[in-house]
Amino acid sequence: MKQLFSFIKKEFYHILRDKRTMIILFGIPIIQILLFGYVITNELKNVKIAVLDLSKDNITSEIINKITSSGFFTLDKNIQSEKEIPQAFKQGKIREVIVFENDFAKKLQKENSADIQLIADASDANSANMIVNYTMGIITSYIYDINKTAHIPIRINTQERMIYNEELRDVYMFIPGTMAMILMLISAMMTSIAVAREKEIGTMEVLLVSPLKPIQILLGKVTPYLVLSFFISVIIIAIGNLVFKMPVLGSLTLLLAETMLFIFLALSLGILISTIAKTQQSAMMLSLFALLLPTILLSGFIFPIENMPKALQWFAALMPPKYFIIILKNIMIKGTGFAYVWKETLILAGMTVLFIGVSAKKFKIRLE
Amino acid sequence: MYENNIISVKNLTKKFGDFTANDNLNFDVKKGEIFGFLGANGAGKTTAIKIFCGLSYPTSGEVKIAGYDIYKETEEIKRNIGYMSQRFSLYEDLTVKENIRFYARIYGLSKIEIKEKTDELLEKLNFTHALNKRIKDIPLGWKQKLAFSTAVFHNPEIVFLDEPTGGVDPITRRQFWDLIYEASENGITVFVTTHYMDEAEYCDRVSIMDAGKIEAIGKPEELMKHYDAKTMDAVFLKIAR
Amino acid sequence: MSKHSIIISNISKSYGNIKAVDDISLNVKKGELFGLIGSDGAGKTTLLRILTTLLLSDSGNAQIENFDVKNNYKNIRQIVGYMPGRFSLYEDLSVEENLNFFASIFNTTVAQNYDLIKDVYSYIEPFKKRRAGQLSGGMKQKLALSCALIHKPKVLFLDEPTTGVDAVSRKEFWGMLKNLQKKDITIMVSTPYMDEAGLCDRISLMQNGKFMETDTPENIINKFQKQIYSIKSKNKQKLIKDLRKYKQTYSANIFGQAIHYIDKRNNIKIDELKNHLKSENHIDIEIKAVKPNIEDCFIELMKKEQSAVTNQLKN
Repeated sequence: MKQLFSFIKKEFYHILRDKRTMIILFGIPIIQILLFGYVITNELKNVKIAVLDLSKDNITSEIINKITSSGFFTLDKNIQSEKEIPQAFKQGKIREVIVFENDFAKKLQKENSADIQLIADASDANSANMIVNYTMGIITSYIYDINKTAHIPIRINTQERMIYNEELRDVYMFIPGTMAMILMLISAMMTSIAVAREKEIGTMEVLLVSPLKPIQILLGKVTPYLVLSFFISVIIIAIGNLVFKMPVLGSLTLLLAETMLFIFLALSLGILISTIAKTQQSAMMLSLFALLLPTILLSGFIFPIENMPKALQWFAALMPPKYFIIILKNIMIKGTGFAYVWKETLILAGMTVLFIGVSAKKFKIRLE
Repeated sequence: MYENNIISVKNLTKKFGDFTANDNLNFDVKKGEIFGFLGANGAGKTTAIKIFCGLSYPTSGEVKIAGYDIYKETEEIKRNIGYMSQRFSLYEDLTVKENIRFYARIYGLSKIEIKEKTDELLEKLNFTHALNKRIKDIPLGWKQKLAFSTAVFHNPEIVFLDEPTGGVDPITRRQFWDLIYEASENGITVFVTTHYMDEAEYCDRVSIMDAGKIEAIGKPEELMKHYDAKTMDAVFLKIAR
Repeated sequence: MSKHSIIISNISKSYGNIKAVDDISLNVKKGELFGLIGSDGAGKTTLLRILTTLLLSDSGNAQIENFDVKNNYKNIRQIVGYMPGRFSLYEDLSVEENLNFFASIFNTTVAQNYDLIKDVYSYIEPFKKRRAGQLSGGMKQKLALSCALIHKPKVLFLDEPTTGVDAVSRKEFWGMLKNLQKKDITIMVSTPYMDEAGLCDRISLMQNGKFMETDTPENIINKFQKQIYSIKSKNKQKLIKDLRKYKQTYSANIFGQAIHYIDKRNNIKIDELKNHLKSENHIDIEIKAVKPNIEDCFIELMKKEQSAVTNQLKN
């Protein structure tokens, strides 16, 4: 126990004395959260749109009104026929065209259903997706208002498939994603680098030729990052809440417990990487390509998984952050309890056990 | 003045904050001389070599390398010197040929010149068969000899060697010194640091640094006489203690 | 109880085609100061890593204090001290913190074994608050040795502890090893510096994964058959060239100020040689018979190995 304790103490010295590590640990998460928060929330302001209203009735003009008065969109022009759509995009200013079908109001009255087509400039796939989401959100809330008083609920069909995000705030999407990313970065990358560093400067040789057990070396490496990562999660949740009004509707205890589980998982991945990587540089590259990029690209954090090709979807199912993001969204936004996230929790726990098992097996008691 | 003294150092001082790495150094090196720059670790050798190579400026003092001023004419200096160290010499993942060509091209040698000189060099070193081998696959001793040869490939005025023979076996070490002698005969001035004290005796003249100062300078036999010692090792111990 | 501390039987280890350690056997007595002498790539580090249980050999076996390096590695790790090639210290920890850390992983304290390290540690104790990264090479070396000694090991393995360290620190370091030897510690040390060989009880001259010779330094020198002449003249560079061209020359190697010359014949006529050099315009010629040193022996053994290899290739 004394051995382990002094190992942990030593590890804290390394971390606290290295400015670079401290910046990565505390500077980057905070900057990233703030940056993402402001960039994303600011992006959808005064997006220029065009409207092709083939019906021109009171309902379509009400919807248009609602969209343009949201602050997210400004109506750049009204176009008269579908032929003009490509030209409207070509001029470059317009990023979305909203098409109302013929006899929109009449159809709503007769059939309780009408169609809107949302066409977004997909050259910037990500923001196109977001623009369509926002438009959808406004239309949905319009229908919701009408249906409150209507006898028979009406339906407006839009042609894009949308992600549910009722209050049109993207902070809700990115805080769980950023948290997953940052915890992955800190826990996995920093531990793998810390182990690789001992190999690089040669101290690993001395540690191996000592009575220290592998488990002590690993625990000694992991514990400081476990503590730090936990602190950082709390900071992220606090910034989310205070600066971006991200709620925690569910149980905070459950949230923190799930966070701990994810940190464990990331740490075990870090250890796994360190059993492979011989230098700090290769540990970093491995972490970046094997962990960080998939976390950003395949976890549903930025690009919705449902829109991916099937093969990538299967691949995405192997990404631990995907499940963590689902858990976070459920607890924070929907306020659901453990009953709704036990499946994801089980998957994460299973992965953790697997990674620890593999790395324990791979950890070398010798140099090669 | 340049005719005789290819390196001329006057009142050179380099400070890092409160720490004086080089404390008022004064010495000259003659053209074609083999000059041993000795001193314990941390005595300030590396700091001085960096200044001589035009990689850093002194805090004060006057230094001329091959007639060029180290404050104003660093580009000219770099063109007229060669440099080799134990730590960095050749690219491990390039072949012998690629390494030679790379360094030759840096110094602006023409393709024909490179071809001729490469053949000549490889023949001299008995390396012709290893032309297309990667540097990482050839033995350390060869590597060091090759590294030296590339450092003088462009016929520089001076070549700086920072512990060039560390860890090399005794036969190869002597072959390495044959190369040094040959370069010196061709008029190249050799400025070398080493931890092997017998190698200090191979030099025409040596200086011994301690704690940033030059404590002794002269021909090895003079120093041994002056300090009443049989070897340079003993001289070194007397000075550094 | 065996009187041997280290027993090596037919150890081999290859990396790809390269035989790093090639069928080596050796016994080191308890309390002996044993030197592995050889240049980089001779196989010293690989051998030391096998003995410290860091690497497994391809074949053969070895015991440290009767513990097998493969099966009883845990026991060995309790009783050996090891100082790897680059002094493995935490540069961002202070001298004191480094020492305390290494003490604690061996379940001991600095106070408990202070007597043993006092001799070494006293040099650096005044700087105990300084970060290890800011120490000079000599001080790092002493700190690394203190750390390797802190748990009172029975056997101490030192991999090139004097490489890159100045002559003064090297001298001090060997003095410390001699003192440690008196405290019943078996020491195996590797070095590329031939002049350090004489400070060991016994040495092995190592090249290409093999021991070319194993004996006391005196015996190795005494076994040297040929007579060496130390020759000096005014122009050393010309002298070595001329001697190499001379038809009776067996070998001519530069040693400090002089050339170590060996003649092909058993009965050398010094006057004849002197006259020859005179005819080559040498002045101040000085020729005297000298005793060989370890480096002479090493060069001679290397030559024999090389010609054996070339002969093999020819056949």
